[in-house]
Amino acid sequence: MRITQGTFSYLPDLTDEQISKQVQYSLDNNWPISIEFTDDPHPRNSYWEMYGLPMFDIKDAAGIMSEVRKAIAEHPDEYVKVNAYDATRGRQTTALSFIVNRPKHEPGFRLERQTGEDRQIKYTLHSYATEKPHGERYSG
Amino acid sequence: MRKYYLTSIIRGAIMATKRTVIVPSLPARKGRAVGEFAMKTESNGAGAPKEKGRWDSGVSLYADMGYWDADYEPKATDVLCAFRITPQPGVDPIEAAAAVAGESSTATWTVVWTDRLTDHTRYQAKAYRCDQVPGNPEQYIALIAYDIDLFEEGSIANLTSSIIGNVFGFKALKALRLEDMRIPVAYVKTFQGPPHGIVMEREYLNKFGRPLLGATTKPKLGLSAKNYGRVVYEALRGGLDFTKDDENINSQPFMRWRDRYLFCMEAVNRAEAATGEVKGHYLNVTGATMEDMYERAEFAKELGSVIIMEDLTVGFTAMASMSKWARKNGMILHLHRAGHGTYTRQKSHGVSFRVIAKWCRLLGVDHIHAGTVVGKLEGDPNTTAGFYDILRKDFVPANPLHGVYFDQDWCALGAVMPVASGGIHAGQMHQLLHYLGEDVVLQFGGGTIGHPDGIASGATANRVALEAMILARNEGRDYMNEGTQILEDAAKGCKPLARALDIWKGITFDYASTDMPDVAVTPNY
Repeated sequence: MRITQGTFSYLPDLTDEQISKQVQYSLDNNWPISIEFTDDPHPRNSYWEMYGLPMFDIKDAAGIMSEVRKAIAEHPDEYVKVNAYDATRGRQTTALSFIVNRPKHEPGFRLERQTGEDRQIKYTLHSYATEKPHGERYSG
Repeated sequence: MRKYYLTSIIRGAIMATKRTVIVPSLPARKGRAVGEFAMKTESNGAGAPKEKGRWDSGVSLYADMGYWDADYEPKATDVLCAFRITPQPGVDPIEAAAAVAGESSTATWTVVWTDRLTDHTRYQAKAYRCDQVPGNPEQYIALIAYDIDLFEEGSIANLTSSIIGNVFGFKALKALRLEDMRIPVAYVKTFQGPPHGIVMEREYLNKFGRPLLGATTKPKLGLSAKNYGRVVYEALRGGLDFTKDDENINSQPFMRWRDRYLFCMEAVNRAEAATGEVKGHYLNVTGATMEDMYERAEFAKELGSVIIMEDLTVGFTAMASMSKWARKNGMILHLHRAGHGTYTRQKSHGVSFRVIAKWCRLLGVDHIHAGTVVGKLEGDPNTTAGFYDILRKDFVPANPLHGVYFDQDWCALGAVMPVASGGIHAGQMHQLLHYLGEDVVLQFGGGTIGHPDGIASGATANRVALEAMILARNEGRDYMNEGTQILEDAAKGCKPLARALDIWKGITFDYASTDMPDVAVTPNY
């Protein structure tokens, strides 16, 4: 399966040039860029690992892109996403967030059901990848 | 000879027995700004005319009783209203404006001495401007100020009972429309506002940088619970973020609410597993009583739904109660504005939707239907832009081009996500993004479920069209003009989109709007 979190997951994987244009758009809006990665893509996983701090002071897309490439090179078989952050009052939240790297194989999720009384069912999403410990997921 | 001026048809019985003449001018009152006509009657009684004192029993002009004050400087704490007034023939517009101020605050049709037991000048609403509408000599825009003491804190029911309570049936007026209302910050701060607001909703859903996508389950009526859940599952797994009960799906014989909830939540959870994304279905909790609504909302919570919905028909107090419940229980609250067209659409009479939008932001909903511009329902682009600003911005400046009469400072009250629904399809994506922006839910009901290859294909077509358009916009392309090309290029890699573009090519709803601002930009300026 293909996890469709992020702004552009229904499009073909973005090229370097396309990523760079989105970064430039963010910088033009004064949105600092940050990079995050994870091997636990549960939709409720709010805290992917931070690849360094948000790059508040890098103002050119080329500088950001070299960090993006480094992050992907260091985590080739994990999810890597690029976030743009809007710090203006009334927003103070993510403005744009899209996946720039995925594991070669995405096993997806199993839906577990616990049947209860009155026909009620409690649902749990189980990520196949997390059956292995951190660091061994998606490898091989 | 005894003289008095008839100011309203409340005095119709007297009019019928006396000779009436239209006189072009009353003794000039300070600040009079518009055409002056009043209806004067003369009786055959004897005696010299006597100036009527403010507290003499009987009928006085509203304007003379203090409900018109051209020199009044509105206070920062006043509620300000802009009314579109169409006086009956012969009724002085200033007197009509004063009558609206009077009848929506302290006045009754005749002088009452008990006013003198109160600080009556404070409680009187004051009409302070009255201008003829350009190009429409019958209509006037009157601005009226109300002291904040007139209103109960945090109560839209009280605010509306005061301001639109009686006066819309006033016989001296042919028609009356509440165009806009400035809510003072002091009063804004007595309201909770949206249970979550746009920022919290996006963080909760983990969806950023693009409009959200939804669809209303169709057909609206008649599906069994299991069939209904099928539509939900297909639409969500295909790429939509939300599906939605329609406003009239409550708990009918063909499908009871509890059964619908159970099947819809199976569909939502299956779709989350298939995509790895957070999904939601607006479970409509509208019911006959507040107890029913709470029961349904509690069950939706037990099942783990992220969102519920209600209809405007439940009323402002019920909506405010659900808003409190939704914040307390972490539930996004969607509002369908069912019924609003009965009083918002005609420009001469009723309440503008921009006012309804303000009331709903105050009492607190997270989503509200606010128009599509390009779809099947009423929506002039400029008027709709005004609605969207009112729902989303923290400070909305007055803007006559958008029909916004007053500055509105929301003072950090949460923003409401507008919802565009009704006759929209993937081929309009560039227009939708252009007119409605990014913080909006685009709901394609027929435009998803009517796809020839099935519901999931319809959903995928919409999602691909949306993401392609956002990508192009961010890349700096002139997406409004190149929109069709951008969609066709995206369709080369997405067969469902190609089919959608083909089947709905050229479908537009191009009718004259009934609710446009009085002011337009002309090429001369």
